Amino acid sequence: MKRKLLAPSLETHVDIQSEQFHKNRSDMLEQLEELEELLDEAEAGGGPETTERHRSKGKLPIRERIANVLDPDSPFLEISPLAAADSDYTVGGGFVVGIGVIADTECVILGNDPTVQAGAMTPYVVKKWMRALEIARDNHMPYVSFVESAGADLNIPTGGGGKSNSRKAQVSHFAESGRFFYEMIELSKMGIPTICVVFGTATAGGAYQPGVSDYNIFIREQSKVALGGPPLVKMATGEESSDEEIGGAQLHAEKSGLADYLAEDEMDALRLCREVISHLDWKKPDPEPSYLSEEPVHHPEELLGIIDRDLRQPVDIREVISRIVDASRFEEFKPLYGPAMVCGWSTIDGYPIGILGNNGVIFPEEAEKAAHFIQLCNRQNTPLLFLHNVPGFIVGSDFEKAGIIKKGSQLINAISNSTVPHIAVIVGKSMGAGNYGMSGRAYGNRFTFLWPTAKIAVMGPKQIAGVMSIVRKGRAERKGEEFDEEEDAAIVQKVEEIQERGSLALVATGAVSDDGIIDPRDTRTVISICLSTFRNKPIEGSQKYGVFRL
Amino acid sequence: MTIKTLLVANRGEITRRIFRTAKSMGITCIAVYTDADSNEPFVKEADKSIYLPTNYLDIEAIIDAAKKTNSDAIHPGYGFLSENASFARAVIEANINWVGPSPEVIEAMGDKIEAKKIAQKAKVPTLPSSDNLKDFSSIGFPLLVKAAAGGGGKGMRIVEDENGLGEAISTAQREAKNAFGDERVFLERYIPKSRHIEVQILGDFHGNLLHLGERECSIQRRHQKIIEESPSSVISEEQRNLMTDAALRMGENLTYQSAGTVEFLFDDETGDFFFLEVNTRLQVEHPVTEAITGIDLVREQLKISSGERISFTQESLKTRGHAIEARLYAEDPANDFLPATGEILAFFPSKETNIRWDSGVEKGSFVGVEFDPMLAKVISHSPDRTEAALTLANALEKLHLAGITTNRDFLTSVLRHERFLEGKTTTDFIEDNLPEPKLQLTENEIENSAIKAALWLQGKNRKNAIVLSSAPSGWRNGRLPAQEVSLLHDGKELLISYKSLRDGSFVFNNEKITKLYNWSIDDVETEIEGERTNSSITEGTGTIHVQTIKGTVSFEILPRFKPPALQIAEGSLVTPMPGIVLEIRVSQGDVVSAGDTLIILEAMKMEHHIKAPYDGMVAEILVEESQQLENGVPLLVIDTPEHNEGNKDD
Repeated sequence: MKRKLLAPSLETHVDIQSEQFHKNRSDMLEQLEELEELLDEAEAGGGPETTERHRSKGKLPIRERIANVLDPDSPFLEISPLAAADSDYTVGGGFVVGIGVIADTECVILGNDPTVQAGAMTPYVVKKWMRALEIARDNHMPYVSFVESAGADLNIPTGGGGKSNSRKAQVSHFAESGRFFYEMIELSKMGIPTICVVFGTATAGGAYQPGVSDYNIFIREQSKVALGGPPLVKMATGEESSDEEIGGAQLHAEKSGLADYLAEDEMDALRLCREVISHLDWKKPDPEPSYLSEEPVHHPEELLGIIDRDLRQPVDIREVISRIVDASRFEEFKPLYGPAMVCGWSTIDGYPIGILGNNGVIFPEEAEKAAHFIQLCNRQNTPLLFLHNVPGFIVGSDFEKAGIIKKGSQLINAISNSTVPHIAVIVGKSMGAGNYGMSGRAYGNRFTFLWPTAKIAVMGPKQIAGVMSIVRKGRAERKGEEFDEEEDAAIVQKVEEIQERGSLALVATGAVSDDGIIDPRDTRTVISICLSTFRNKPIEGSQKYGVFRL
Repeated sequence: MTIKTLLVANRGEITRRIFRTAKSMGITCIAVYTDADSNEPFVKEADKSIYLPTNYLDIEAIIDAAKKTNSDAIHPGYGFLSENASFARAVIEANINWVGPSPEVIEAMGDKIEAKKIAQKAKVPTLPSSDNLKDFSSIGFPLLVKAAAGGGGKGMRIVEDENGLGEAISTAQREAKNAFGDERVFLERYIPKSRHIEVQILGDFHGNLLHLGERECSIQRRHQKIIEESPSSVISEEQRNLMTDAALRMGENLTYQSAGTVEFLFDDETGDFFFLEVNTRLQVEHPVTEAITGIDLVREQLKISSGERISFTQESLKTRGHAIEARLYAEDPANDFLPATGEILAFFPSKETNIRWDSGVEKGSFVGVEFDPMLAKVISHSPDRTEAALTLANALEKLHLAGITTNRDFLTSVLRHERFLEGKTTTDFIEDNLPEPKLQLTENEIENSAIKAALWLQGKNRKNAIVLSSAPSGWRNGRLPAQEVSLLHDGKELLISYKSLRDGSFVFNNEKITKLYNWSIDDVETEIEGERTNSSITEGTGTIHVQTIKGTVSFEILPRFKPPALQIAEGSLVTPMPGIVLEIRVSQGDVVSAGDTLIILEAMKMEHHIKAPYDGMVAEILVEESQQLENGVPLLVIDTPEHNEGNKDD
């Protein structure tokens, strides 16, 4: 028998017949449709011709490889499917990462899309790969990597800087690379199995992937792994060699011992990969949720019409909560104190969860209440869900007097030291320190997902433009120069536009600063998958915090 | 002597049927069984079962079993010892009630020539015949050569003219000798357009003898009845009276004291009928008589045997409606009706009220080659013949049956045939009308069945999932190819692909919107393009069976990954999959080294090299170029000292 939370179901005040609801809904569907087109682009990878050429060699596209390794009909949560959106690179970044089920084991699965720049290590590949390693490590999940990569993106100079080689972004260097291998070895040390299936070339740095994996599966006449490929060998030593002689699958299976399993073809490799996972006898310390999973009383479909695109209408975050949690049950904590920070207990798909959601700006009371609630959830080892719709912490002299910095810091202290898993779902605004106070990406949350309506920035575009205008005016006054109001208005408008664009969900997700934009209707499923993956290691709340400035 | 404990010296369907009546009479039921039957339902349904170390013909063991269990009666069922006079005698000598006519009657009727003499004496019309194999002038052609001790069509030959006579006689003699140990045959007139009509009679030890009307059993395949009905669709009341009177005269002459059947050959062209034989047992088709008369024949048999009177009078007997019986056999009509064997994965009759199922098997039963392959008899009873035929066809179609090939679709094809419905049921019906040997399905029906199979499998996958089991089926937030299942039906591969939609429905093969209303381990309720049905589903090892309104559609589930054995098979010497021999590269006597290509097969549109697994000499080549081969067929034999023994074992 499973437990049920005793809390009653939330009531709804959303009028699904209203004009506003219909407008919100059609706006949301329009935005989702745009995302669908981008997902089509990501799926197309290097395009039909390259894909056809790839297929003609008896090879499967990366997404078919993944589909075939998964248990039939099991779900697959893709991480950052729209990486590199709004960039010079192919949408998706030429790399696929996700959480999937192989032989009834939750795994992190990642792989190059060899049709995109031959699987070269572009900055997006690097970022997604690092994220995959992080997910495997944080959640203690087997790591399954499908390798087929030409190696480093030689278009990028040693000093980094992306394709355009613009001076602005030269903040990475070759010397920083290679962290993957370190991380993979770390996984292995932690007892997280690393399985590497080599589908094609893995040269130079790429060769270390099988080198540092627990299990390697090579494919006859297809896998080619060498520290230096024939061109490099010729340049380095003058030796003439063929691909097969220098790193063929058979050579590694019979001579070097780098290959543990020799597959006949790609499907055979996937079969072997499944067999390896199945022998792991992977155990989750606490696999079964103790509460009954029940559909929400209020239909998740209605999530489409709750938030307006411009985020001008206030939203009661309980309307979101009631459409993602079991039977819409929500036990609210301190409802009368700091009401703009809604805190409470619920279950999603039977997994207990503590929820924090914004109903406006964070005031000192809100920060204090949230810090208290986070500590309670750590005491009882309950994961946390943060539903962001926050314009930031309150500013103004009264609140400075009331110690908003101290109270805000208490919250950030609690967030930073909380050790139960955090999930952030940004449904609307996530501005300034509000993003920190709600356990944004930088605060070590396990997953961050965005709704298409999400806007993330240091502050609102209007505020940024306004602040900059005030600064300009002040400077003009100080210098005794004349202030051109007309010119300023034009700048304000431009800055607002740029900031508005920069705050959009697609820009954030393109930069891989989150785990992807989700359809609001999928929120419950996505969170449920995350909550299940957390259970691959014990959930233990923090007993220690930094010094609270009380 | 009242029967308190009854032993049934039989198996399967008839044993269960007799038990049903006996139990309702408060009688303890004893079964006997052999190794092959140790798990069959009749054994489990008995109050006590006695193991027979030999077989169902072991008179001594059966009598022992009866004594050991204090059985006061033995019912022989049909087949086996049912018409064995020595058995009847042995039973009676053991002071046990014999449920059947006297050994003398059995003996007399077992001899066709003797039977015919008695019939003539009783003024029952008989076919012109002669046991002088040279005297065929009084008979004329075509004529029939028949075994004197025969039955079931064995030792029987139709002869068109004088030329074929000699050979037919010797063949019939040979068959008769093999089948009955008695090579005597005789000649008889052959009626081309005939029907087989028989009269059920019942006699007791108090001088009562009456009939229960006729049965028509003209639908036969190689002289084996497959569909029987009562009343006959053809005879008039006058003909019926003539025939039943003749049957009673025969019974009187025999002083018949049990249930019996007087069989006649009915000339469809003239309306004349001729005595064929008397069956001194309860017949397979007795339920059609029971249906329309409301009389339980087994009950009457048991009463008679314990010395009681028949429970009704001729005058009180009324018939009601029309009954048809079909015999469900484990055989393959598409493959010359070869007996089929295997484990029955599903046997779930539909729950129609006017259908009687007398089955010997159930889910889990194993059908071997040891016994008659009849699985069940199915009887419909309706106000008129057409309704009875259609109801029976429906019931057969709705039977969820998996694991074994049967004549079910053949039977429904007969029952739904226009000529059958018109009552034009002469004994040549099957040869003349050639009913469909297997299920006739449109491509759309096959595809929809495959969709149901795929949906059921997906439901099972989700139900059995250990992790993320509550996520929607095949849920994705990004893009992955559709789910795929490959199913093989009737040698044709169907690739079924599907994606789940947000509302819980699925799109199949990119076009068919399908809703899944209900899923259970036994069935699936679906709506495919607006068509809603509930289908029983059974999964076997690598197979799945989907119930449709036309019958059960079976698929082989093709594995997602080639089993590794097939890859290792590159070095083995049997076909790894069905294919054609493209090239044989070696000859007998060639010395080969491990890894040499010996034979190239074309299979699944790909060349497959069969290589020598070890050094040796080609001892034997078992196939030819261009030969089409099934899976697992030996191709050639390579001799080496180590492998010699292995080959010999084969």
